[in-house]
Amino acid sequence: MSIENLKTFDPFAEADEDTGETKQSQNYIHIRIQQRNGRKTLTTVQGLPKKFDQKKILKVIKKKFACNGTIVNDTEMGEVIQLQGDQRKDVQEFLVDKKEGLGLDSKDIKVHGF
Amino acid sequence: MADVESPTERKPRKSVAFSEGATIVDPNGNVTESSEMNGGKASAESHTAGDKEVDEVTDMFKDLAKKKKKKSSKPKEGEEEAPAADGEFDPSALKKKKKKVKKVDADDFEAKLAEMAGEKGEGEKETQEEEEVDQGDPIKGTGIWVHTETKPISYNLLLDRFFTLLHSTHPDLASSGTKSYKIPPPQCLREGNKKTIFANIAEIAKRMKRSDEHVTQFLFAELGTSGSVDGSRRLVIKGRFQQKQIENVLRRYIMEYVTCKTCRSPDTDLNKGENRLYFVTCNSCGSRRSVSAIKTGFSAQVGKRRRQQG
Repeated sequence: MSIENLKTFDPFAEADEDTGETKQSQNYIHIRIQQRNGRKTLTTVQGLPKKFDQKKILKVIKKKFACNGTIVNDTEMGEVIQLQGDQRKDVQEFLVDKKEGLGLDSKDIKVHGF
Repeated sequence: MADVESPTERKPRKSVAFSEGATIVDPNGNVTESSEMNGGKASAESHTAGDKEVDEVTDMFKDLAKKKKKKSSKPKEGEEEAPAADGEFDPSALKKKKKKVKKVDADDFEAKLAEMAGEKGEGEKETQEEEEVDQGDPIKGTGIWVHTETKPISYNLLLDRFFTLLHSTHPDLASSGTKSYKIPPPQCLREGNKKTIFANIAEIAKRMKRSDEHVTQFLFAELGTSGSVDGSRRLVIKGRFQQKQIENVLRRYIMEYVTCKTCRSPDTDLNKGENRLYFVTCNSCGSRRSVSAIKTGFSAQVGKRRRQQG
């Protein structure tokens, strides 16, 4: 049983996180959501590391989450995976999952949207 | 605590100092029962844990203290939740979930404690209950807290009083980083079928001490839409959004751009530093940190395509 105060807030952890942010702000993976007409939505995954083959990832994701999707070549953002429906949670889990997913660090992933 | 090593000699004194149910002199002059119980068996067991190490004893007191802490913090949580229910939304709600998990932990604790009390024997339990009855209001000074009262006040009661007083007079000190920061809930109206009006953005932005534009920019970036500001400074967002969704985004905004990461205070200023970087300066602890500019990411083509590729 530890002391209660230490559990809630660790000042050093925050500071570390801060420095990490400034160092590698470019390498974030952004998962966004966009509203379409009606209840339909799009999920976009931007900034996946270059070492992964986006096509293959897309193929796996499509199969796994039972949705369609494409790879969009954006002039600024590079290749972006676009999926149908709200797949934010699924994608996030997939990216972090070490066994079946990509095994990325969850700190590098930013989920946007509501 | 250190004088536990020779339990046989110091039992009575110890029970005066620490034990929970140590009513040495009852109001009726009924000295015998409780003290004998304590002296005979219960307190020896409870405080030396069957003539074991001192560490164990200190552990137990830690537990006791912790339990008290938890107990006293519970009503406060209730207070926090009550205003949240009647409209004000609380950006630390995410944290609250964690707290609830901890509460379960606390229950576990209490169960364990109860077990321990069972081991201690019935006598002490009885005395404890007795005390629970005649403990008055510590703030008003009734019951056991009357100024002229000669009864020894148990450690737990004192601890209780300390925490209640601390909560009432210095809530900042008592709640470690769990301060709640309240902003009015966002008011969302639907305009037509496809647009949402965020009515009180000006008020919220003012409360957070941020410019409307910054908040707006963040909202649009996060929601992946666009919109405009209408005549009475309300924000018109394209797309259907519920209040809850806006609330979530605002919460994230507060986390990222309002609260001070060092001291968690929401009393901060956002201003442009030297090289077009935004800095958040805390007014209560003086720390300064840079925040990333709001970036709109990739946004897919939604709806009709209008001769863009041509």
